[in-house]
Amino acid sequence: MSNPEYAIEAYSLSKNFGPVQAVREVSFQVPAGSIFGLLGPNGSGKSTTIRMLCGLLRPTSGQGRVLGLDILTQAEAIKAGIGYMSQKFSLYEDLTVAENLHFFGSIYGMSRPEIDRRHRELDQEMKLGGRENQLVGTLSGGWKQRLALACAFIHRPRLLVLDEPTAGVDPVSRRLFWELLDGLAAAGITILVTTHYMDEAERCHLVALMHRGRLHAFGPPAELIAAEGAASLEDVFVQMAAGGGD
Amino acid sequence: MNRQRLLTIMRKEFIQIRRDPPSLVIVFVMPVLMLLLFGYAVTTDVEHIPLAVFDSDRSQDSRQLAQDMVNTGYFDLAYRAGSAEELKALLDGGKARAGLVIPAGYARNLRRGETATAQLLVDGSDPLVARTALSAGEIVGRVKSQELRLAALKREGLSLPAGPAVDLRIRAWYNPGLESMKFNIPGLIGLIMQNVTMMLTAFALVRERERGTLEQLMVTPIRGAELMIGKLIPYIIIAFIDMGLALGIGVLWFKVPVAGSIFLLLGLTLLFLVFALGLGMFFSTIARTQLQAMQMTMLFILPSVLLSGFIFPRESMPLPIQYLGNLIPLTYFLDILRGIMLKGTGIAYLWGDIIPLAAFGLGIITLASWRFRKRVE
Repeated sequence: MSNPEYAIEAYSLSKNFGPVQAVREVSFQVPAGSIFGLLGPNGSGKSTTIRMLCGLLRPTSGQGRVLGLDILTQAEAIKAGIGYMSQKFSLYEDLTVAENLHFFGSIYGMSRPEIDRRHRELDQEMKLGGRENQLVGTLSGGWKQRLALACAFIHRPRLLVLDEPTAGVDPVSRRLFWELLDGLAAAGITILVTTHYMDEAERCHLVALMHRGRLHAFGPPAELIAAEGAASLEDVFVQMAAGGGD
Repeated sequence: MNRQRLLTIMRKEFIQIRRDPPSLVIVFVMPVLMLLLFGYAVTTDVEHIPLAVFDSDRSQDSRQLAQDMVNTGYFDLAYRAGSAEELKALLDGGKARAGLVIPAGYARNLRRGETATAQLLVDGSDPLVARTALSAGEIVGRVKSQELRLAALKREGLSLPAGPAVDLRIRAWYNPGLESMKFNIPGLIGLIMQNVTMMLTAFALVRERERGTLEQLMVTPIRGAELMIGKLIPYIIIAFIDMGLALGIGVLWFKVPVAGSIFLLLGLTLLFLVFALGLGMFFSTIARTQLQAMQMTMLFILPSVLLSGFIFPRESMPLPIQYLGNLIPLTYFLDILRGIMLKGTGIAYLWGDIIPLAAFGLGIITLASWRFRKRVE
């Protein structure tokens, strides 16, 4: 079933919380090196799907592979191989920029010289220079966001999972952030991203629309728009929300 | 268990404590403040009770009686009242805690060999003060009577054999001066150990969840056990620093001895810390915010102060309350601390405390780890 060209594979993934069916029979395959947008309103099952793929939640039924590793049996290896960043930019605010990078690098088993070398690279790539010794709590939203990405990316994972990474960040920082993502994808990194911004969704190579736990559409944004005869991805989304009962 | 990840978490924890002023206050200021406050303020030794004297007799004998009261060391002659009303006002106003009324004719009766009457009024609102005043007054009365009777017999040409008929020699062991400080300080060390460890642990874990960093850690290769142990070890180290601090102040400043083995003391402190850490961790799995964690620790501190025998002797509590005290591990730890520090008790006599303490520690740490795991996974 495993295909090395796919970074993420989901086969009929389902998750029930008691009587609530949070995710129902969701299947998709995402090729390596693409930016994959998982879209849907709050409570549509996006987060649950991500948590199952990251090895945090055990699916009720179905199977999945991430970076070729089984989500049921190789959760630990998956955790070591992916980078994760949430909308809360879960950094330690009472630690400095350098201490945060060092903490996460060390957690992923990197040595000190390795982390220092990587730190200098990330300074360049993500424009993090000049604030090594500043406490994270005193940084602006855009800065925290780039640092959170750097921390998630410090161990060079081949898959980045970004849960609403641009929520509450100003437009300039958002644009800068997406330029970073384009660069990473070009270098072969797969990116799984959730977002509420439709302009961001249209920048994805592939999108999946989820609603009430089901996968409603999957494919490149342009194809979805054409197939639905809609003017934009937003229209597709609105049609789905309006028509999409059970 | 991965050593690098464990050390990384410990290092991070120390940096965070160093940068968090409330934590630093809990670690360094609270123990010192509590020791000084309790060491000086919470003393059950009653001395210097302000005494008001209304002396209508104005004789040498009446002045001698007032002086005898002062000589016991328990009373200070604070006021001389000119009338019964004035004495009453002094007691009512709380200026005097005891009033000595010597009626006119006191000296005359004394000389005639009749019973001379005087009255000691005691403000009974604070039982501790009242009890001391009453027993001091009683002793003065008895000793004085005996003296006078002997003198009277002597005048008649009779004499009694020297010395009392029964010589009951009373000695207080372990704390011969009956200083309440010697009793309080070991108890305080126990209370400080419990509070510091419990609070810091609860806050550290709740903070991680409150700020969303726990979610981030869960998607890294960190295992639940590594996170838990990496977070607990720094607090064990800090607790021992506090133990050293409290013990240092107790021994050097308050001159409370450590009569027994210091190693036994430290070993059993570690046993108690297992419980305190476990409880802090348990609270952190229930509390959603640091404020809630704070409220839970406060809720636990109150009964542990009242029921453990920290201030009030457990023997005088009603049985059901004593049983409640048995459910508070500090009770056992206080026994151990006081035993080792004041009496030099060896381990052979302490098993009755060690076993329940170990059971509580094991129980709470198991419960907390189980809940912690459920939270993380």
